[in-house]
Amino acid sequence: MNLFFPAFRAEVAKLLTTRIWWILAIILLVYIGFVSGGLGALFGFLSKSGDEQPQGAPPMEILAPMLYGSVSTFGYVFPVLLGALAVTSEYRHRMLTPTFLATPKRGMVLGAKSATLLIFGAIYGVVGVLASVGAGAGVLALFGLDTQLDNSDTWAMVGRAVLALALWAVIGVGLGALIPNQVAAIVVILAFTQFVEPTLRAVTMFAGWAASIGRFLPGAASDALVGAPSLFNTGAAGTGAEPFEWWQGGLLLAALALVLTVVGYFVSWKRDVT
Amino acid sequence: MPTGVPIEFAGVSKRFGSVAAVSDLSFRVEPGRVTGFLGPNGAGKTTTLRMLLGLVTPTAGSATIGGVRYRDLLSPLSSVGSALEAASFHPGRTARNHLSVYAKAARIDSKRVPIVLETVGLSAHADRRVGGYSLGMRQRLGLAFALLGDPGVLVLDEPINGLDPEGIKWIRGFLRQLAAEGRTVLISSHLLSEVQQSVDDVVIIARGALVHRGPLSSLEIEGAATRVIVDSPNREQLMAALTAASVSFDVARAGILVSGLEPGQVGHIAFSAGVEVSSLHRQKSGLEDSFLAMVGQGGSL
Repeated sequence: MNLFFPAFRAEVAKLLTTRIWWILAIILLVYIGFVSGGLGALFGFLSKSGDEQPQGAPPMEILAPMLYGSVSTFGYVFPVLLGALAVTSEYRHRMLTPTFLATPKRGMVLGAKSATLLIFGAIYGVVGVLASVGAGAGVLALFGLDTQLDNSDTWAMVGRAVLALALWAVIGVGLGALIPNQVAAIVVILAFTQFVEPTLRAVTMFAGWAASIGRFLPGAASDALVGAPSLFNTGAAGTGAEPFEWWQGGLLLAALALVLTVVGYFVSWKRDVT
Repeated sequence: MPTGVPIEFAGVSKRFGSVAAVSDLSFRVEPGRVTGFLGPNGAGKTTTLRMLLGLVTPTAGSATIGGVRYRDLLSPLSSVGSALEAASFHPGRTARNHLSVYAKAARIDSKRVPIVLETVGLSAHADRRVGGYSLGMRQRLGLAFALLGDPGVLVLDEPINGLDPEGIKWIRGFLRQLAAEGRTVLISSHLLSEVQQSVDDVVIIARGALVHRGPLSSLEIEGAATRVIVDSPNREQLMAALTAASVSFDVARAGILVSGLEPGQVGHIAFSAGVEVSSLHRQKSGLEDSFLAMVGQGGSL
């Protein structure tokens, strides 16, 4: 155990001494700011343009949490990418040699990486929250709508969003160990998060039995953890399966991270470094 | 001053699928000496070194440093310093940051970082990204990594590859100095001529198996007949004198190559014939010849 803390410090230094972590953080900030602000402006405009509740728009009381929750609904791909890159760059740049020379206990290195990414994922969560709450609340205030910033439920949800992004970064570590090829890992992550999972979730919303499986999808678990109304559960109310409790969603994400990391350890991490 | 401990390979073998990369290799590397680990490309040198460092798991046998396996060392980088390949750097990280990352991991005082950068002559480039480094600079940074923990044992894979002539001269002297301080120094190379000026002992492998080990001089005895290079401002006269003494010789650009005689005997012939001699020395190529004869057995490469 006496090598864990040094390995952890080295992993933090590895992330801080290359550029990718703040490049991704800036993209996250801009993207989430744009999404939250943009959606806020759209629904704010709709709410002002007519007296009636506009067709298809979410009810006003869930608008604020939906905008603030966009940090996890739209932003979770960024910590996953950071976690996967932290692992795959070790393979790509043949860094495992010096890494394992300095810390020959390989499981400790992987553990230190997961711990590091948990913290960086939380930092991404804070960055994303700054964007989603900053832009969302700003736009809502502009339209004279309730920002719900004085509501403790809002801040509890924001805290759970930070936890979700932290867990996603650890999932990225496991994915990187499972798919050491950097290009393949990025392609799989983007394809799954941007296409496969949204499609599956849309499909499983239409039948009760499917929905009870669909809630096990990682993105659904993440939404359950955060508890923010998202585009997926606003449209499909009353189609059967209850979504998970927030702590169940969190446990599902943590279990996914653990399983991916352990499998990745045996598939690639403990192999010969040639 | 850290002192070296012996490196011991005991029946080490490694198979990659059906390919036997290293077979039943046993030898010992002593402290206080520079040992050259030689063999042609693909002989299994790098695999052997990686097994010593715990990066590759041997199929059979064990490799230890002072009796301890690498992964059981309490402070690995302070016990064994190694430089394995020139490409092991993140291109976006500076040399200083590269070293400080691993100093942190190995609990080495960060004050060592500027010291080793100075030692290998990279201080002026320490804050440049490694992506822009030349091969020679990467070699130097690899060496700086090896020296980070001021270890008693150094394992360097092809450390001379890619260095400029000045760098080669420097590293030869540096390796001698490390051994003189009592450290164990193991360097691999596919060229004997590259390391013969710096090594005390040689371990030669071919196709994964040991073919020779012993002091460098052991190659001379087993090697081809020594030759003497002699030259004169008046070559015609010298050749006439050698012919008269019924000595067989070849004419080369560097001088006249005489086989089967000691330099003193050749000098005596020239002196007796009253021929002025401008150079007279023993040719070193005997070592390379016997090295090639050993590794060439059975048509490796």
